[in-house]
Amino acid sequence: MQENGLVVVVKRDCPTCVLVAPVIQQLLEQADLTVYSQDDPNFPDGMDGVADDTTLDASYGLDIEIVPTLVRFENGREVERTYGWDRAAWEHLTGRDDLGTDLPAFKPGCGALNQEQDRLAELRIRHGDTPMVSRLVPLGAKEDAIEACFERGWSDGLPVVPPTQERVLAMLEGTTRAADEVLGLMPSNLDTCTVEKVAINAVMAGCKPEYMPVVLAAIEAVLEEDYCLHGTLATTRFVGPVVIVNGPIAQQIGMNGKGNALGQGNRANATIGRAVQLAVRNIGGGKPQGVDRATLGNPGKLTYCFCEDEEGSAWEPLVVDRGLAAGTNAVTVFAGFGLQGVIDDKARSPEELVETFATSLRAVDNVNKFPGPDCILVVCPEHENTLMEGGWDKARLHKELMDRMVVPAESVMRGTHGMAEGVSTKLAGKTVSKLVPTGLLIVRAGGGAGKFSGIIAGWTPGTPESSRPVTKIIKT
Amino acid sequence: MSLDSLLDPTGEREAAARPRLARPTSLEGLTVGVLDISKVRGDVFLEKVASLIEDRGINVKRYRKPTVARTAPMAIQQAIVEEVDVVVEGLAD
Repeated sequence: MQENGLVVVVKRDCPTCVLVAPVIQQLLEQADLTVYSQDDPNFPDGMDGVADDTTLDASYGLDIEIVPTLVRFENGREVERTYGWDRAAWEHLTGRDDLGTDLPAFKPGCGALNQEQDRLAELRIRHGDTPMVSRLVPLGAKEDAIEACFERGWSDGLPVVPPTQERVLAMLEGTTRAADEVLGLMPSNLDTCTVEKVAINAVMAGCKPEYMPVVLAAIEAVLEEDYCLHGTLATTRFVGPVVIVNGPIAQQIGMNGKGNALGQGNRANATIGRAVQLAVRNIGGGKPQGVDRATLGNPGKLTYCFCEDEEGSAWEPLVVDRGLAAGTNAVTVFAGFGLQGVIDDKARSPEELVETFATSLRAVDNVNKFPGPDCILVVCPEHENTLMEGGWDKARLHKELMDRMVVPAESVMRGTHGMAEGVSTKLAGKTVSKLVPTGLLIVRAGGGAGKFSGIIAGWTPGTPESSRPVTKIIKT
Repeated sequence: MSLDSLLDPTGEREAAARPRLARPTSLEGLTVGVLDISKVRGDVFLEKVASLIEDRGINVKRYRKPTVARTAPMAIQQAIVEEVDVVVEGLAD
């Protein structure tokens, strides 16, 4: 940039720069000085030869943080800089002893324009200083960006936020993880899933950068062998990834585990779940009418994400059941669908309420279908109160429910209830269980009013050959 | 914010630019649409084209935009997409 001499960077919208304008004039008269003005090439007033840096390219190249900044170069290398107005420092740097004698000795400077977030992003992109390596897809001159995303098959059916370089760069600021870190191979195409590709899809989903650690953990979780992403995509059944968030991060990013926790209206809930699904669709190619063979699917395949209401519950959170310490930031992914409401306004004791829960669980998929899929029981606050007042903690509820999952085979055998569906007649005289031993997760969420819990049913019984829930610590 | 290009969210298996559909090597067995956009005397020219195509035993369907000044109504667009394989239209006077 500069071989020898001084460079000063200023802006008009800075009282300190205005204050030191006479000093700059002093230096211009005797020194080899280049003046860059960030916001107005006519500032300082009446000074010839001010370099127009309204593009901020020079300021970016000098990595200016504060204006005014005074830099001294020798043999093409920066040897010293000072910022703000500090007469002693300016005199030391310039070798003068007569600068701004009528000015106060010190006045701090102002923030440089090239450090403002939007301008910095623009500069980084223009100068190629971004970690992104994904190819740029050019749009036609009159092409609407949102429509272009539809046209290229990148959408889940709803409008997406166009993934511009600026937005993706900002999204990547939400994680300390490198953009090129590989999270795994995304089924079904088994294409490389990098942090950058997740960030692009998170932009499209409408995420804020602060959601990125949660999105990344959820993606890592669905990529685990245990989750069986390919199988849950290719199945004709209903499921998609249900994402449950635990730990203080849920509140820090504004998630909702209270009223309407499984419903609409919360940006973090809605967009984190959507980002996972868009990543599966776009990176892995898991699209309906393609690899995704679902007969009906379910609305949760657009997004299905919520947090446990940890602070509103006396129970230990789901992460403890999953082998982690309470208070751990973690996501649990579960191949699930829909919500089967469980209403019991009348139960006043755990013994009554557990029968409602158990009977509803045994009815999942088909009352004669044994074993059924893994399930999440989402217990609402009023039902938790009924259980707690009766002295039942979550472990007790879990045990009592599992005991009630076992029934005589004859009661659910083919032909029972007039249905062809049912367990094999070869099991006559034996018992069968609706759930495998690991098949029930219990989560506390929901609003304070209403005795309305719910069951999120899964894919199949959670065996090593099938899909099992996966919990991943969120790296913050 | 630059909206002239977007970062590809996919595994990048498909070309970034979408190629135009390949032109058929023959009209044999295809249905040809003739779209009169209501340009002056376009109907004369296009009717000659249509009859020449029909003389070769090729099926032709005729469409007409109500006005040259506006894009084709949705119903005409959809009919063309559904009913024909290729389209001929006259763009100039």
